[in-house]
This record gives sequence, C-alpha cells and structure tokens, in this order.
Amino acid sequence: MIADTIIMVCLGIGLLFNALGVLGILRFPDVYTRLHAETKTTTFGTIFISLAVIVYGAARVMEGETGTYLTLSVHTFVALLALAFTNATGAHAIARAAHRSGQVPKPAVVDRLQEVRE
Amino acid sequence: MTEVWFVAVAVLGALIVLTLVRLLIGPTAPDRVVALDTVNTLTVASMIVLSVAYKQTVFVDVAIVYALLSFVGTLYIAKYLGGEMSA
Amino acid sequence: MIAFLVTALFAYLVYLVLTAGSGTIGLWSQAELIAGGGISLVVAAISRKFFCRTGEYRMANPLRWVLLVAYAAVPFFIEMARANIDVAYRVITGKIRPGIVKLSTGLETDFGVLLLANSITLTPGTLTVGVDEETNDLYVHMINIGMGTETKESFEPDDVFALFQFPEWIRRIAE
Repeated sequence: MIADTIIMVCLGIGLLFNALGVLGILRFPDVYTRLHAETKTTTFGTIFISLAVIVYGAARVMEGETGTYLTLSVHTFVALLALAFTNATGAHAIARAAHRSGQVPKPAVVDRLQEVRE
Repeated sequence: MTEVWFVAVAVLGALIVLTLVRLLIGPTAPDRVVALDTVNTLTVASMIVLSVAYKQTVFVDVAIVYALLSFVGTLYIAKYLGGEMSA
Repeated sequence: MIAFLVTALFAYLVYLVLTAGSGTIGLWSQAELIAGGGISLVVAAISRKFFCRTGEYRMANPLRWVLLVAYAAVPFFIEMARANIDVAYRVITGKIRPGIVKLSTGLETDFGVLLLANSITLTPGTLTVGVDEETNDLYVHMINIGMGTETKESFEPDDVFALFQFPEWIRRIAE
C-alpha cells in the first residue's frame, strides 16, 4: 500500500514537471531560455516517472514475484541513466549549434561568447 | 492500479501534441530542434510507462535504444546547424 | 592490451546488468554468462580505440565510480530539484534576465569538463553553451544574472554554485 502511494506521488511530480517544461517551451522568448526549460524540467520529470516504474517493479519483487519485474526495474534504471546523460549533452550541442548559426540570445544583458568570436 | 498508468500515458500524449505546436511555429531551426528533443524525451517516458501498463518488459529495451538513437540524431542535426558538417 | 581488457570488462558488466534475473547462478543463467563473455570480447575488439581514446586509465579505478554515484545521489540531486523549482517559478512568472558569461573551471581532463558541463546544464539557472578547448573555460548561459554582475570579465565557481562546490567534487572524481 505504501508502494502505491509512492508510485502515485512520483508519477504526479513527474507529469507536473513535464507539463511545466512544455509550458516553458511555449512561453519563453528565445532558444536558450527554451533550452533551460526543456532540459531541466523534462529530465527531472522523466526521472521521477522512471522512479515510479522502478518502485512498482521493486514492490512486485518484494512480494515474491521475481524474473520479469526485476528485469523491468533494472532496465528502467539503465534507461534513466542513458536519458539523463544524453539530454544534458544534447542540450549543450543544440545551444552550441544555435550560437554558431548566428542566433544571438535575445533579450540578453551580456554575451561574452559573441565578444570572443569577434 | 492499471488505470493510473494509462492516465499517465494519456497526459504524456497530450504534452507531446502541445510540444508539436512549438515544432510547427518555429520560428527558427534551433527552436524546432529543441521541440524535437522534448518530443523524444516524452516518448521515452511514455514507452517506459506503457511497458508497465501492458506488462511487456521489452518496451523498456526499446526505450533505451530510442533514447540513445535520438541522441545521435540530435547531435547530427546540431552539427549540421552549426555548419560543421563537410558534404 | 590494457585498453582491450578494460573495454571488455566494462562491456561484460553492462551485459550482466542488462540480463540480471535470467537464471539461478547468482542472478544469471549459464548461457547468458557465456554469451556475454563472447559478445564483450567482440565489442572490445571493435571499440577499444574509441572507448580508451586518451590513453588514461584513471577512470578504471572503482573508487572513482563510487564517488561518482555518491555525487549524483546527494549534491547533484538536491541542486537538480532546486533547479526545477527555480525554472517552474520563472515559467509561471516570466521573470528572466538572461545572458552568456564566462566561467573559469580549472579542470584538466576531458571527462571532468564533460561532467561539469552536464552538471551545469542540469542545475539552477545555467546552461553550457560553449567550451574553450585550450583553457577549458566554459561559456554559460544564465537565465537570471544578478544586477550589476554582468560587467565581470569571468565568473568564479563561487558565483554560480550556491550550495555545493561542484568543481571540487569533480576534481576528486575525475582528476
């Protein structure tokens, strides 16, 4: 029963933050600020959704059902690691590409990278 | 307990549709890539939830491979946008 | 040769993690253990040049991996939670003051810079945009620059990380 509550809370947090990330993408004014919203919130939200699945699998294993549920938890954990690493690196790649393709952060109070390039 | 997972998938699907709005209106190519990256992440999340809903562990393996491949795709698009690809 | 062995061992560990729960020897079946050994040897033969590109083996030390896990579980996770609440606040209120600043890190290895760049991207108000490959300085997009601090030539880690000293942790892990 405790496991069920934890699962619900994790799923709720995950969906909430994913929704905030999507809202941020729609609301923010330029690429860089959108990337802020995208990377942080969707990674965090998906980590919590994965945690819900891991807890579900772990609870089933505790109840004595081994085999597929153990595999479910472990594989979800691997997916979580892959996602956390690739999302941050991908965001970095997009930001760099946006800057190289001539997009200036707007609005911005300072841009040191542009100064170095010039 | 099963219905919860389907509700979660439905919410994630709705979020993906909302993200597609940003993918359509742009206005620049990097904006679209950001939206695409978000769609990828949300797709991985829905695959993981669906694997519980349908009790198919193999969906999670698909999610792992999808996460890694979409990362490679994002990197390639980023390289192309940054003007670092020869030919 | 060392590169080959390290890569094979790493591939074998990943294989064991992915097939946990398949049988009775520990958690694995005999067939999986043998097949994993064969596959990881093939993988190591193909990919050792990419996996051990720099010819340094300090990350082969298990102690560093334990530290990495501890780092990811406590300081990093707390900062990440803070980051999300911060972004949620800015999404709802729309209060932003963005700009790109230079951050001197003092890290030396590639893996260290990668870890720090990823940590910066996932922590409050900051996003890595570029790396100066000679000095390993990072160019960081901040969503909310403090009033008056934008005139500074280069930021120190103290100005960016409030609760934990990430560069110190990463120096211990990767250098």
